[in-house]
Amino acid sequence: MSIKFKSFAQLIMMFTITLLVGCENILPSSPADHELLDGPVDGLTYDQSAQFIRGDIGFNDDIFTASTGLGPVFVATSCGGCHAGDGKGHPFTTLTRFGQIDSTGNQFLDQFGPQLQHRALPGYTPEQIPPGATFSKFTPPSNTGLGFLEIVSDADLLTMADPDDSNNDGISGVPNWISIPTYITPRSNSISQNGKFICRFGKKSAAYNLLHQTVNAYNQDMGITSVYSPFDVYSGLETDPEVSTQKLNDVVFYLKTLKAPIPRNQDDPEIITGKQVFINVGCESCHKQTLTTGFSPIESLSNKIIHPYTDLLLHDMGSELDDRYTEGSARTYEWRTPPLWGLGLSPNSQGGSYFLMHDGRATSIESAISMHGGEAKASNTNYQNLSQKDKDALIKFLKSL
Amino acid sequence: MKTSISTFNSILLVLISVCVFTTANAQSDSTYSQAILTDTTTQKLNMDAVYNRPFLTSGKLPVAIGGYLEANSRYASTDGVSDGLSFQMRRMTLFFSSTIAQKIKFFSEIEFEDGTKHINIETALIDIELHSLLNLRGGILMNPIGAFNQNHDGPRWDFIDRPISATTIIPATLSNVGVGLHGKYFVNRWTLGYELYLTNGFDDAIITNTDNRTSLAAGKSNEDKFEFSNSGLPMVTGKFAVRNRTFGEVGISYMSGVYNKYRHDGIVIDDKRTASVIAVDFTTSALDTRLTITGEVAKVYVDVPNSYSQLFASEQVGGYIDLVGTIFNGDVLDWQNSKCNLALRLEYADYNQGNFNETGGNISDHIWAVVPGIAFRPTGSLVMRANYRYEQQTDFLGNPPAKTGVIQFGISSYF
Repeated sequence: MSIKFKSFAQLIMMFTITLLVGCENILPSSPADHELLDGPVDGLTYDQSAQFIRGDIGFNDDIFTASTGLGPVFVATSCGGCHAGDGKGHPFTTLTRFGQIDSTGNQFLDQFGPQLQHRALPGYTPEQIPPGATFSKFTPPSNTGLGFLEIVSDADLLTMADPDDSNNDGISGVPNWISIPTYITPRSNSISQNGKFICRFGKKSAAYNLLHQTVNAYNQDMGITSVYSPFDVYSGLETDPEVSTQKLNDVVFYLKTLKAPIPRNQDDPEIITGKQVFINVGCESCHKQTLTTGFSPIESLSNKIIHPYTDLLLHDMGSELDDRYTEGSARTYEWRTPPLWGLGLSPNSQGGSYFLMHDGRATSIESAISMHGGEAKASNTNYQNLSQKDKDALIKFLKSL
Repeated sequence: MKTSISTFNSILLVLISVCVFTTANAQSDSTYSQAILTDTTTQKLNMDAVYNRPFLTSGKLPVAIGGYLEANSRYASTDGVSDGLSFQMRRMTLFFSSTIAQKIKFFSEIEFEDGTKHINIETALIDIELHSLLNLRGGILMNPIGAFNQNHDGPRWDFIDRPISATTIIPATLSNVGVGLHGKYFVNRWTLGYELYLTNGFDDAIITNTDNRTSLAAGKSNEDKFEFSNSGLPMVTGKFAVRNRTFGEVGISYMSGVYNKYRHDGIVIDDKRTASVIAVDFTTSALDTRLTITGEVAKVYVDVPNSYSQLFASEQVGGYIDLVGTIFNGDVLDWQNSKCNLALRLEYADYNQGNFNETGGNISDHIWAVVPGIAFRPTGSLVMRANYRYEQQTDFLGNPPAKTGVIQFGISSYF
């Protein structure tokens, strides 16, 4: 068989045209925005977008090794290792804290408290929980919308707080008042009490802002020192910073400007019913649907109405969830109301399953509701008494968030 | 870095010398240089690939030279996000071989990857032929693990990308400095071959790396590996292959060695930790040799400390199978006996075969891909290829996979 120039050219042309026309159809398409937790808030400027991308790389792509300061005892090798796709974590990434039972502080700081670094580089021995120390396990939360939550004003939080249950609804949210590290500059509208400030991040609401949270995570989760937290978790000695201040600031900016989760199918009649059931059974007493942000130099975050389904306050969750461990002024049975936005997308970061409550012990939303005690006991009972149809509607609503 | 620069300078010197010499001859007589072209679509044993390449000789010059290049375009999109079109100069490789004396041969392969980003001596060995069954080999040599590692020249393959299992499970191209034996035995339509080498091995980066997973590829990057053995103990690599002219070739290979620096200045600082690989490879043809089937499966075992992160696996597995069928064989323009092949690659790599201590569930961290393609070979030593690659990569936790599509056009040729 022989092919001459004309036939050869025709073959090449046909092949090229087929590929060019088919190109768009054979490449994978992007998932809808509301199916993803990661991505920036709308309206960032060019330089803000550039910093977001730098922070994204620092958070998700920077893997620490022995040569870049990892450990030598640690929980994870990167930020993204615990927050896949910026969503909730998995039991594999769950961390353990120990050694504090009341507001007098952690009694085991000299025995590698407050956090257990249960993994170690080869040649090193991982930490053990000291005898006599009580502990609690914390599953990593999702990162989305944190920048909005950071600038909800203290005044708004105190408005929702009701420590003495003066309205007799059985709900008495309280803030966690904590002495904050000196490297943190309090927001101008912060409210202090005896030198202590309202903290809002973490299972026990023990971190004041995202810088505080991030510095602790680098140090306690990965054994990475910074100018803000220069002491090595293993040796206890001050070291040269293992993460640059610029990188740290970029990661904090990334966390601030991750978009809020986008709810799905909100016009579905069953979801509308479920939302009403959510309010009727009393969930909204703590999981506040709507909050308003204060001022932020990042315009995209400033003065926005958001729907995180949290009051950012501590609540008594009953003896079943009392691990006999706490932080700051929180009691051991008190837990901060976790935001419910993004709940339906949790399996996308938890390996296809749900691992809910503070330590991932609930493997379904139904199970998580059933574990609510203390102040939330009444709502739990109300849920259990619902018809199956209303229960289904409520769960569908929660999965739509 | 100093090593790289001095290596580069040395390479330049050799190149300039050879080029000047051969150019001078070529100017005096254009027919003086003579290409020894091997039909690279026909293979001997995979372990013979090191010499089964086209070389150019020039008069009485005792050195034969050759090489190949690979370049391609690439347009990729992962979950709808693309960084656009890129052109890639994957590699240019130079071969030098010579017969030093009767039954003593020298061969070397120098590779420039991604332009001049990576410059490596992949092979620099001396073979001393004692008997067809017993030959000594020493120097920098390709560890005979699997088939692809030794038989990796771009023009031989109808796919632009190297198989993922052959580059990430077995970290092709893997070469180390060492010494060993090889030989072959022929009987009727059968060929039996073996190789057995002691070389330097991997280093601690197998489990302390920025890939965030067990990675033999990370463990081969030590710039000192041609000078020092990280563990101070040799790595053993052995292969046995059998070929039948009708049925094709099957090879089984094994590689094992201590990878970590377990003692320093005479003080033991860690347990000895071993990395081992077992691989099976095969090549066969059907339909009157119009369909070629090539494949390789490898399993990795790494001794990882229990107290270390489960991110780093104790076991990995991966493999690929290539189906290449000739749909046209004839004259195209002025190229005689040209070939057009349709090709399909199926490949898989599981980087972590463990289970979570916390839940008992399976640890994911795997990737699979399907790569259809078309390859046009005007001659046996040159291939023009178009590939489409579709792959799904699942993370450690088993979350929804990242889906990637890649459209590639490329060319690869011996010269």
